[in-house]
Amino acid sequence: MSLIIGMSILLGCQFLGEVISRAFTLPVPGPVLGMLILLIGLMIRGSVPGSLRTMGEGLLKYLTLLFVPAGVGLIQHFGLISREIWILVVTLIVSTSVTILVTSQTLQRLARKRTPAKEHDA
Amino acid sequence: MNGLGLEQVWVYLSASPLLHLLATLLAFIVATRINRWAGGTPLLHPVIVAIALLIGFLLVTGTDYPTYFAGAQFLHFLLGPATVALAIPLYDHRERVRRMLWPIAIGTMAGIATAVVSAVGIAMILGADTETVLSLAPKSVTSPIAMGIAEKLGGIPSLTAGLVLLTGVVGCIVGPWIFRLTRITDPTVQGYSMGLAAHGFGTAYCFASVGAVAGAFSGLAMGLSGLVTAFVLPPIVHLFGL
Repeated sequence: MSLIIGMSILLGCQFLGEVISRAFTLPVPGPVLGMLILLIGLMIRGSVPGSLRTMGEGLLKYLTLLFVPAGVGLIQHFGLISREIWILVVTLIVSTSVTILVTSQTLQRLARKRTPAKEHDA
Repeated sequence: MNGLGLEQVWVYLSASPLLHLLATLLAFIVATRINRWAGGTPLLHPVIVAIALLIGFLLVTGTDYPTYFAGAQFLHFLLGPATVALAIPLYDHRERVRRMLWPIAIGTMAGIATAVVSAVGIAMILGADTETVLSLAPKSVTSPIAMGIAEKLGGIPSLTAGLVLLTGVVGCIVGPWIFRLTRITDPTVQGYSMGLAAHGFGTAYCFASVGAVAGAFSGLAMGLSGLVTAFVLPPIVHLFGL
């Protein structure tokens, strides 16, 4: 029964998110609003129900498997990919490298300034 | 069984969702084994290998993608509730977020802006189609969120899904190298940067190769940056006139 309750909470939040996203024609995907709704709900409740944790962590554990069906969809874009292969390769490598560099440098500088004594529990 | 019988079996199987659902699960199991044999290298990530195996299977059997997806959609559907479930690790780490609120807030905004502006800018300078640019824009975000964003923007969600996966692989290869060059050793900084730039792939890498603290921060970055990107990406993309 606990799996059913957990799944109902997740689908219920997603449902609310989809309804809000569509009703207000927001550019934010419904599941993201659902995540926000669940987060607010958990903050108000002050704990994660066991049924929700079992279902949610089970789903997140196999998250990579869930990417596969959409990834196979690349088969439909062979034409576009082969036409723009170098653009895609350069963009992915340069943009990802720059993103990691900027994020890590920003955090490193800010964290050093704010916590001079390094926290060992963090 | 004679040849005609086999053909009838194939006609039944290729039209029912059962075959392609099973094929997806089997491909993932085989891909996980292959990755383990190869020593867990991100170049042969189970997701990438499974996708390659399935694309090969579809090409050999002459199956089109909609037919495949009719079976695989049962797994794909679970991305929605899985995205909602990202609220659980975010909630679990609320204390860390509160303690490092400003560094995390500024680092997240800087990282997201860099990811989106560099992806859109480089692709536009190199002359990519508008659809390609819009599909590349959310590439650093975990796929369920990225696909939703691409769909809302007018990109191609399935192309985005593939680009997101490739971004994850690139991040796992270049990340450790960048940290070595810039002498970043703090696991919280490493984890957060990997999760922001390379979503779930970065998180999996951190848990496996850096440690639990880096993994937790990476998961936090994945959830938080996905959430924030969904809100700030459309206005950023509009700045480029798209």
